[in-house]
Amino acid sequence: MKGEMSIGSRLFDICNVLLMLVLIALMMYPLVYVFSASISSNAAVSSGQVVLWPKSITWAAYEKLFKNPNLWISYWNTIRYTVVQTVLTLLATSAMAYPLAKHWLPGRRLILLMAGFTMLFNGGLIPTFLVVNQLGMINTMWAIVIPTLINTWYLFIMRTFFAALPEEVEEAAIIDGCSSFQVLTRIVLPLSLPVMVTIGLFTAVNQWNSFFDALIYLNDRQLYPLQIMLRSIIIADASLEGAQSEFDTTVLVTQKYALTIIAILPILFVYPFLQKYFVQGTMIGGVKG
Amino acid sequence: MNHNVPAGSGYELPTRAKKNGFRSFASTLKKHKILYLLMLPGILYYLIFRYAPMYGLIIAFQDYSLGRGIFGSKFVGLKHFIEFFYYTPNAWQLIRNTVMINVYELLFQFPAPILLAVLFNELKNVLFKRFVQSISYLPHFLSTVIIAGIVVNFLSPSTGIINHLLSQWFGMKPIMFLGEAEWFRTIYVGSGVWQSIGWGTILYLAAIAGIDPTLYEAAKIDGANRFQQARHITFIGMVPVMIILLILNLGSFMEVGFQKILLLYNPLTYETADVIQTFVYRRGVLSADFSFATAVGLFQSVFGFILIVIANRLARKYSETSLW
Repeated sequence: MKGEMSIGSRLFDICNVLLMLVLIALMMYPLVYVFSASISSNAAVSSGQVVLWPKSITWAAYEKLFKNPNLWISYWNTIRYTVVQTVLTLLATSAMAYPLAKHWLPGRRLILLMAGFTMLFNGGLIPTFLVVNQLGMINTMWAIVIPTLINTWYLFIMRTFFAALPEEVEEAAIIDGCSSFQVLTRIVLPLSLPVMVTIGLFTAVNQWNSFFDALIYLNDRQLYPLQIMLRSIIIADASLEGAQSEFDTTVLVTQKYALTIIAILPILFVYPFLQKYFVQGTMIGGVKG
Repeated sequence: MNHNVPAGSGYELPTRAKKNGFRSFASTLKKHKILYLLMLPGILYYLIFRYAPMYGLIIAFQDYSLGRGIFGSKFVGLKHFIEFFYYTPNAWQLIRNTVMINVYELLFQFPAPILLAVLFNELKNVLFKRFVQSISYLPHFLSTVIIAGIVVNFLSPSTGIINHLLSQWFGMKPIMFLGEAEWFRTIYVGSGVWQSIGWGTILYLAAIAGIDPTLYEAAKIDGANRFQQARHITFIGMVPVMIILLILNLGSFMEVGFQKILLLYNPLTYETADVIQTFVYRRGVLSADFSFATAVGLFQSVFGFILIVIANRLARKYSETSLW
């Protein structure tokens, strides 16, 4: 093979690899810098001495942050919201997707159409806000968890998956005396582990990363998730109209970087799984949905 | 397919519904009771959190107040739309910014993953390819707040690394990147490309994987070089995905990533950064001007809806790919 390759072709390969190395550097640099800055002394960071590697290493920024009770409260809140929403989303989405995968079920088309239409048109920010308000959910966990419970895209991904399961297995179970519900919990769900993990991860990461719903639905500091705390500490001076910037705004730069690392860390830990399942999920949704 | 299963299990083929109206409807419901029950929470969710807000759009035509509610508030017709188009001094600026940010995204953020996917595809070493892909996907999983936080801190005129490097290498004076309107779109789209370029390649790579390898063989025999193969086979193979993504993109044309804007803008940069949705947020949520904000939001949704329908129709007319 190599012998046949022209000079131009080989030159292209070299350039391509070089380009990829540049890409890796561009992708990694901000994260490496944030980490280096978070363990350097504040003076070194603010004066621009830290460019890539840490200077005069210290964990002071982390120690200071760990003493802040707000960090623990908001971390706990984020975990709480993420776990509860992921569980409820998986239950509600699979329960709705399973019947929709039965192509002979009367009324299926109408419900699919109802769900699909919401992908094209929605009531928008204010009317949704008013509905949540009307339901008395403001300043409760439910305002964060329920309004985004079912994502139509995930619903369709799951339906596609269920529809591809061999129907013979389910029929055999019914002949053996299982009810529809038992078929779902004992046969369909165990077989659907890959799609459940995918949608579960999608939901969890979305919730972990979301801040806007908390911004509009919560104004009790005890309920703030991590992202709101991040916003008021890391971005404090950019957004001048911040209604929720009553956290300490005189934070050192190194603490801002340390907080960034604390917030990214869990994502980095699950990243290997994320990548595997997310790529899968995107393909199911993108190719067949 | 075999549907030979006991009656009452909810699995038999439906006997074509006779025109018995309610009786047959009720018996269908009863026959598939469990399946419908399973769907009930989901259906309720859609009705309450997706369709009730659509009904709530009525308040765009009312002088809505929380106290009087949707049924007691006065109907005022197009008052709020007229107020927005004729009496809001920055209405034009909002529309222009929304459109411009989208045009920029379409010009830079949309083609970037296509190019990258072709380059990925040309990599010979599978391990290296997988490694680069893994690295490039990572920013996709960082939250908007984290991205905005990194941007804000890197660009800070006093402590930010970008300004330090500019002064160390080029002796430049610090630039207030986030305080100057002319920088906003570059920062917004630049950070968007950084975050989405890798992840965006996934669907294109899937499309490339689906290309018949004999096409490449045939092209080689015909003397096509690698660039010609990439252009005429790889690129063409990605076109259907491009069209789908383009339509989806146009459909959300008016819905810019306003959450990131909300985190990055300030009154100094409103001139280029303030978009319809950030305005809706300020007027609706912060000032509780519900009816007016809903009217402005409705204008945007309708515009987006029309765009996606047109885009889909065009796609259906000129290619074989379309959303519906």
